[in-house]
Amino acid sequence: MSYLRNTTNQPSQLDSPQHTIEVEQLHKRFGKINAVDGISFKVEKGQIVGFLGPNGAGKSTTMRILTGYNRASSGIAKICGIPVAADPHFIKRRIGYMPENNPLPLELRVREYLKWRAKVKEIPFSQRRRAIETALESCDLLRAQDRIIGKLSKGFRQRVGIADAILANPDVIIMDEPTIGLDPHQVILIRDLIASLRGRMTVIISSHILPEIEMTCDQIIIINHGKIVGQGSPAELRDTFIDHTTYEVEIHGSIEKLKTALSSIAPELQIEKTSERCPQGFATVEIQIKGKRDYGERLFQTLANCPDLRPRSLRSKMAPLEDVFLAATRRSWEEVDQELVANGEEQAVN
Amino acid sequence: MRHFFTLLRNEIWRLLISPSTYIAGFLFLLIMGFLFQWMLRLYTSDPQDETPSVLFFRMFFIPVFFMVPLLTMRSIADERRSGTIETLLTTPVTIAEIVLSKFAASYLYYCSLWLITASFHVIFFAYAQRDTIIDPYPLIGGYSYIFLSGTLFLSLGIFASSLTKSQLVAGILGFTLVFGFIVIGSNIEDLSVLATDQAHWLRQFSDHTDALQHMSDFSTGIIDTRAIILYLSTALTFLFLSILAIEYRDGTT
Repeated sequence: MSYLRNTTNQPSQLDSPQHTIEVEQLHKRFGKINAVDGISFKVEKGQIVGFLGPNGAGKSTTMRILTGYNRASSGIAKICGIPVAADPHFIKRRIGYMPENNPLPLELRVREYLKWRAKVKEIPFSQRRRAIETALESCDLLRAQDRIIGKLSKGFRQRVGIADAILANPDVIIMDEPTIGLDPHQVILIRDLIASLRGRMTVIISSHILPEIEMTCDQIIIINHGKIVGQGSPAELRDTFIDHTTYEVEIHGSIEKLKTALSSIAPELQIEKTSERCPQGFATVEIQIKGKRDYGERLFQTLANCPDLRPRSLRSKMAPLEDVFLAATRRSWEEVDQELVANGEEQAVN
Repeated sequence: MRHFFTLLRNEIWRLLISPSTYIAGFLFLLIMGFLFQWMLRLYTSDPQDETPSVLFFRMFFIPVFFMVPLLTMRSIADERRSGTIETLLTTPVTIAEIVLSKFAASYLYYCSLWLITASFHVIFFAYAQRDTIIDPYPLIGGYSYIFLSGTLFLSLGIFASSLTKSQLVAGILGFTLVFGFIVIGSNIEDLSVLATDQAHWLRQFSDHTDALQHMSDFSTGIIDTRAIILYLSTALTFLFLSILAIEYRDGTT
């Protein structure tokens, strides 16, 4: 798809630390509710960013402000260095947006719809046909191109929405829950598609499916109550929010013996979980250590030297992103609770 | 106005592929046919002062009451309900282009439906009055009034649709606005009973707003520029208000 914008795809420009999206102290109020409450972040060119957060956290509102569809109450959102509010039409030529629930005109055919969108998005006549072909091809829609959108299954419709978002080969693609309602095959297809945009376009996606985000995104922004509660790469987020190390060992032998073996290494090694034994007599045991320590080698040696214990496998277990997400949002809930308590006390004093 | 024709083409295409267009058209022509036939029966029973075309145009408001809401209630309310307005407004099109294209599409459809009714007169003159000469001027006058007033009525409908998310509310509101304009506008003179000291002023005002009077003026060949200005300026005002309503509700640009 590089034929549409050859100049911006030069590697020299990619190497420069240019921020395609800059958001500073963004606020959005709906009546008394602060939907977005002071969000700031920066996204480098060509990065894929995932917005995570519970429902009503402010993800969609932030995305809408970035597209110029909603106006922020205060704060600055810049795309390609231009504030969105200052020149919405400049911004609209540089973004591809797929809203939540992916609204489509149900009576049109897929190709018809994309052709019309290509015209509206000001793709020059000479490139229109190719742009549509490319979008259809990358979303695996060639077989469905002559079908009526209203008669397509949800997965197909979702792909039509994504094809529309990438159609004009924009600098920034914003997709609100692109993989919702897709089957695993289609999810993989979309994931690969999004990954193929890396380096060429800046992509922002929001999702509830945590492994999805983890697999595709370079940077994750966790939002709760309109505030950013965690930001960084998946590894950085784990460092920040998960304060324990977990090892998983498959072992034959009594758990009591294992406990004594563990305490001989260090007292902080605790058995967190033990599974049922399999027919061969092996049980999976999770060992948790507070803080970030590497006990892998010592654990392995100790278990191997212990005559009554027969380990079959040992691996260090990464905390799932789910735990990170829960930890991050829980922390912000606690803050909100504290604020509420503080406010209540203030009112009581008054 | 770069995208106006792109949007208009899309609107017309969507009208053409939608079954509701044909149902509404069928309903309109059915009712107009019955009215025309009823009118001809009237002429066979009693002698009348006016030509059949003048009487025909005098009843223009009956189809207007239901056709205008039917044609316009979907336009913006449906885009808003389905959320496609969000995908549309995040492309480089302006709200003015969207409103104008919706208006133009429904206006073209409205005019073409009325043009089909011209065939009634052709058939009538061809068969019933073979020995008389066709008098085309009441027809030209009548149809030009229909096309002129159509701008206002459809802009009222578009405005109603731009205020809400529900087609039903838009339809009822559109009907109310059109009904209000025609009925109140043509009966405003009766208010002079209430305000006797300002009767002169009211009478003068009602001269400007009486849609039925405009109709009979046009169909008897009096082309009044005051009416032209009234309809066009009010139509533009309501289209502008629709743009403001979308800007306010969907908060952009």
